[in-house]
Amino acid sequence: MEPILNVKNLTMKFGGLKALDDVSIAIEKGQIAALIGPNGAGKTTFFNCITGIYDPSMGDVQITPPGKSTQSLRGLKPNYVTERGVARTFQNIRLFHGMTVLENVMIGRHCRLSSGIIKAMLRPPSQREEEKKAVYDSYEILEKIGLDKYVNEMAVNLSYGAQRRLEIARAMATEPFLLLLDEPAAGMNPKETKELDDLILWLRDNENLTILLIEHDMKLVMSLSDRIHVVDYGKKIAEGNPQEIKANPEVIKAYLGEESDDA
Amino acid sequence: MPIKQQLKQSLIIAFWFMILTFPIMVIKVNTIQNIIVFRWFNLLWVGILTFFASLVWNYFLRRTEAGKKKDFEDDTPLIHRLLQNDRFRRPFLGLVAAFFIAYPFIFPMYHTSIMISALVYVMLGLGLNIVVGLAGLLDLGYVAFYAVGAYAYALLNLHFGLSFWVVLPLSALLGTLFGVLLGYPVLRLRGDYLAIVTLGFGEIIRIVLENWDEFSNGPRGIADIPAPTFFGHQFNQDNTMIYIYFIVIALVLMTIFFVHRLENSKIGRAWIALRDDEIACQAMGIDKFKTKLTAFALGATWAAMGGVIFAAKTSYINPMSFTIWESITILCVVVIGGMGSAIGVIAGALVLILLPEYLRAVAEYRMLVFGALQVIVMVFKPDGLIKSVRKVYTFKTSQEPQQEKIAHGTHT
Ligand SMILES: Nc1ncnc2c1ncn2[C@@H]1O[C@H](COP(=O)(O)OP(=O)(O)OP(=O)(O)O)[C@@H](O)[C@H]1O
Ligand SMILES: [Mg+2]
Repeated sequence: MEPILNVKNLTMKFGGLKALDDVSIAIEKGQIAALIGPNGAGKTTFFNCITGIYDPSMGDVQITPPGKSTQSLRGLKPNYVTERGVARTFQNIRLFHGMTVLENVMIGRHCRLSSGIIKAMLRPPSQREEEKKAVYDSYEILEKIGLDKYVNEMAVNLSYGAQRRLEIARAMATEPFLLLLDEPAAGMNPKETKELDDLILWLRDNENLTILLIEHDMKLVMSLSDRIHVVDYGKKIAEGNPQEIKANPEVIKAYLGEESDDA
Repeated sequence: MPIKQQLKQSLIIAFWFMILTFPIMVIKVNTIQNIIVFRWFNLLWVGILTFFASLVWNYFLRRTEAGKKKDFEDDTPLIHRLLQNDRFRRPFLGLVAAFFIAYPFIFPMYHTSIMISALVYVMLGLGLNIVVGLAGLLDLGYVAFYAVGAYAYALLNLHFGLSFWVVLPLSALLGTLFGVLLGYPVLRLRGDYLAIVTLGFGEIIRIVLENWDEFSNGPRGIADIPAPTFFGHQFNQDNTMIYIYFIVIALVLMTIFFVHRLENSKIGRAWIALRDDEIACQAMGIDKFKTKLTAFALGATWAAMGGVIFAAKTSYINPMSFTIWESITILCVVVIGGMGSAIGVIAGALVLILLPEYLRAVAEYRMLVFGALQVIVMVFKPDGLIKSVRKVYTFKTSQEPQQEKIAHGTHT
């Protein structure tokens, strides 16, 4: 079977700097995969290239949504990437601070709603029905993620950990088949991290998601991941299951001198 | 801050102002006798006034700070609380309605005329609020669309004899069209760049109107624009004013109605999301450019309709009515009233347009007062006079099964 995400020879140059250098990564359906590497290795850049925020200098990004044929994401604008079923969260939390928690999630529903401007002004029954359903669906997602008690809070007033979860809820609202999480545990306390661990597993098992996550918390990465990809200075240096990665001399060298979280 | 430190700070500020205003407040050249007069008393006044003003300023500043910490929970503006409360909503709205219906019959024509201007600004403000307040696009050329509407009525009437009621919907379409046409090239820019380019566009439209004589009659403008008729019937001058007043009221209500619906729809949420974070917005599947363009075009729609009213009311227009100052005034209405808050914008328009009309003494210094007001509002009420509140949804939760009346998804 085709991998659900197939990134081929991706290169991203910023002027003279090669943030990504010929990186190829394939992710199978139903996997929880991790992308790790020291600070500045190019992990976030990798996400940005997949989701259309950057246009890669070379290489191709292909997806094979369940039940659909393989297609390329290269050159698509971010909103079309999302429409095709690839959702993401951000390392530096990017919630909509002028909106409530529920509305943040409703924004995620945007690309799955059909009513346009005329319908918004005239509010025919179809539009009302759709709005009501959007509210209901968003609430349901918040329930699943465990944020339903904050529905009407302004997003900025949430705790750091809750904000990270809200980012996941918002991404879920776009109905993705592939979820990209950029350091979801950053800034979380051990208890929150444990809950996140459960949540990610739950998402994979109950929402039929494939997940690729960037994470510095090695304990989380090792316990969650089916497969780990390691990048350093923009180059992919290793790939394997947690045991293989732990034993890989290249990886150890890359992390040497670095205070990684499990050291 | 301890009181001693405050006094010290105010003293320094007073001293600074005394130096700053020295050349204009103290030195005066007597050109007849060719001597310089030093008005030391003025210096003293400046010092004393600034000293106390600074103390008062500080006092309020501290109160705002303290209020922020304390009322974290319920800082909903009073008017919103009134409107949300079922018991007060009806009587309150009834009173407002009664006031506005009775207005033209109680007050002399002059006041009705001023109120029409203010209400046109309510429309303009609500329109610009979509662009600036909701979508976060700083548009300094908004007056261009106002001009499009006014000239559309004047010219279509002059050349083709089209009546007010035909041109009004036409102008809405024209406004939208111009919004798209002007927005298309400029909306790729962001922030300050957008502001400068829209400012340029606004001026271009005015300069074209001023110089394209054959088309627009140039700086002489167009006179004898007919007032709207009532099923073919033309009222006398006074009644026409009342008639226009009620047309504007109807249009304002329509504007509030539609803008409110837009605000709480998919597209309105997309505007706010775009304002808050463009990248996250796109990552949520929202087409950035299309969303900006709809905001720009819809904002232009209301401006053009406002322009038609303006032309019909004054019966004479020329390019001087559509200068950059007009754009700035509308922007002030939105910012001082409360960005993104419809009620705030209405309040802002009424305050900013009615006040200078009634305080003729102030009218001279209109822009100065606006500026001062702007600073004061920004410091003490950064969200505007009446800040926007987001819609609150209630849900049937498992803990409260007895709450039968409130179903999933309905809002209070
Ligand atoms: N827009 C940009 N312009 C120029 N350089 C960039 C840009 N974005 C990223 N870089 C550079 O690319 C390299 C990789 O950055 P990236 O953010 O992908 O690292 P990362 O692996 O996510 O690091 P971290 O773990 O700290 O988040 C860095 O050297 C960074 O400075
Ligand atoms: Mg990163």
